[in-house]
Amino acid sequence: MFDLDRWREIFQSISKNKLRSVMSGFTVAFAILLFTLLFGVVNGLSNTFKDVFSDDAANIMSVRVWKTSKPFKGLQTGRRIQLKNKDFNFVKEEYDSKIQHLTARVNRNVNISYKTKQDNYSLQAVHPDHQFLEKTIIEEGRYINDRDLKERAKVIVIGRLVKEDLFGEKPAIGKRINVSGISYQVIGVFSDEGGDNEERKTFMPVSTAQMIYGNNDNLSQIVIGYNPDLSLDEAIAFGNKMERDLRKKLDIHPDDQSALSIQNMAEANKGVGSFVIALYFIVIFIGSGTLIAGIIGISNIMIFVIKERTKEFGIRKALGAQPSSIVGIVVQESVLITTIAGYLGLSLGTFILSAIDDGLEDYFIKDPSVSPGIVIGATITLILSGLIAAYVPAKRAARIKPIVALRAD
Amino acid sequence: MIEIKKLHKSYPIGKDSLHVLKGIDLHIKEGEFVSIMGSSGSGKSTLLNIVGLLDEHDEGEYYLNGQLIDNLNEKKAAILRNKFLGFVFQSFNLISYKTALENVALPLYYKGMARKERLKIAMDYLDKVELKDWANHLPNELSGGQKQRVAIARALVTQPKVVLADEPTGALDSTTTDNVMDLLRDINNEGMTVFVITHEEEVAEQTKRIVRLKDGVIISDELTNINSKAV
Repeated sequence: MFDLDRWREIFQSISKNKLRSVMSGFTVAFAILLFTLLFGVVNGLSNTFKDVFSDDAANIMSVRVWKTSKPFKGLQTGRRIQLKNKDFNFVKEEYDSKIQHLTARVNRNVNISYKTKQDNYSLQAVHPDHQFLEKTIIEEGRYINDRDLKERAKVIVIGRLVKEDLFGEKPAIGKRINVSGISYQVIGVFSDEGGDNEERKTFMPVSTAQMIYGNNDNLSQIVIGYNPDLSLDEAIAFGNKMERDLRKKLDIHPDDQSALSIQNMAEANKGVGSFVIALYFIVIFIGSGTLIAGIIGISNIMIFVIKERTKEFGIRKALGAQPSSIVGIVVQESVLITTIAGYLGLSLGTFILSAIDDGLEDYFIKDPSVSPGIVIGATITLILSGLIAAYVPAKRAARIKPIVALRAD
Repeated sequence: MIEIKKLHKSYPIGKDSLHVLKGIDLHIKEGEFVSIMGSSGSGKSTLLNIVGLLDEHDEGEYYLNGQLIDNLNEKKAAILRNKFLGFVFQSFNLISYKTALENVALPLYYKGMARKERLKIAMDYLDKVELKDWANHLPNELSGGQKQRVAIARALVTQPKVVLADEPTGALDSTTTDNVMDLLRDINNEGMTVFVITHEEEVAEQTKRIVRLKDGVIISDELTNINSKAV
């Protein structure tokens, strides 16, 4: 219930006792400030991690092969392993339910020319799904499709920077460019958040590249986007099983890491995930420590304040104050101070974090900020503790017989 | 107004207990001006605290304004104090951060009176103790005699049935003592029951009835000359 007289009593008590009000307020404001900064900085760290892994889809695993380092089934060490279309098809059929996107890759470096301009670029011959795995953003035209693949069409999708090099401001779609002596039609221009290197790439259908470069069915890499419904552990298990199956199929010793390996983002994600979780645990630990220190600070000051005011309460009781009114003014005063101070600490913290913004990006702290939920939670915690910190000693003070309270000095 | 029968009170001191009041019988009628005399340790302050509902008695009966005081909780005691009793203390007991006017108005706040009204009434009572011009001063800007007059105004502001004064002149010099006693007598002459506790003979002599207390029992209870003069 709003009681103007009660508030007047409280404001009078606060303004006539500035030092103790400021002191108890400072404790709270400082605790909230530290808590906000700490949480913001860790959020900044975690933003950096998320950023580093956001270029490519997070649910990627890629199969790569080299030379064997162990003899197996009478085959010698040093044998070169080659992935072929049948391996791609095996993966596609065997693990269909666990796969969201699937592409093979043939990597080459090519010289591309258009009219008088020419330069060297990297070429990746891929399946249509490659677009989703690399998070390629089509700016103009289209990406490679199944029909291109089937018809072994001589079409090419070029990066934004390739287009700038060769065409400048002029349109590129539909134009024919020369790729290492063979003419291709530009069907799309893409951009990529991964940076300039990614935008100097070009893509063509894997079937076209196989036909033109060696007329074989060799593949450099198989890239799989596993089903996002899989948990990290399931995805890791899937990767391990596929690794075992492919080793068996390609006659590789089960322990031969240098012949075939699967780089599984699920494992990296799990690592990063646990690292971030560990960080949050540390922060919650230290943060709650700070808050508890703040709470103890308020309690101490409240105990002192109430001791100091015992005689005043005695006088008030002699004049007819009921115990509930004594508890009321103390608690209301404490909660008021905690709320205002908590809000100040919070605003200062948020202000500092927004001032930092991206200023600490060199230290892996990107866009440090705190979510409103955490902030509100922390403030409510402090207000509640201001309430409890005041209630317990106030209740005790209100129970002291007025005769005892009056004797106090 | 105040009727006490066979009142006992003892305080625990460690394992033992100190028997302070040993069967007090006292009857104070409305409009009386009574002083309780006694040396320190005689039990006079304990008696006042019990009469003032600041403390509880162990045995016996206490009627305040005809109402039996028994098993009061803090809340009920607070209401009764606010309604029937006005206190004047030796050390004034003004709230240091409130002005004279606000101190006088405080009991009315606990009565639930609106701010405007209680400040107006408080000002009337300050006027009565001739401190109207000091209304907005803090207690530490007032002399001892002025503080005690503020305290008296505060005791009167709720129009209580009884004013209880615990060594009201104990912290004052002889001139201001006389002023304060004159004021209390004026109040009494207007019909208020005044109950003073003192150890000073000169103070007691200015009241109309002196009750002497020694070791927890009443040793004498007599009317003074003032009383006979008045009659």
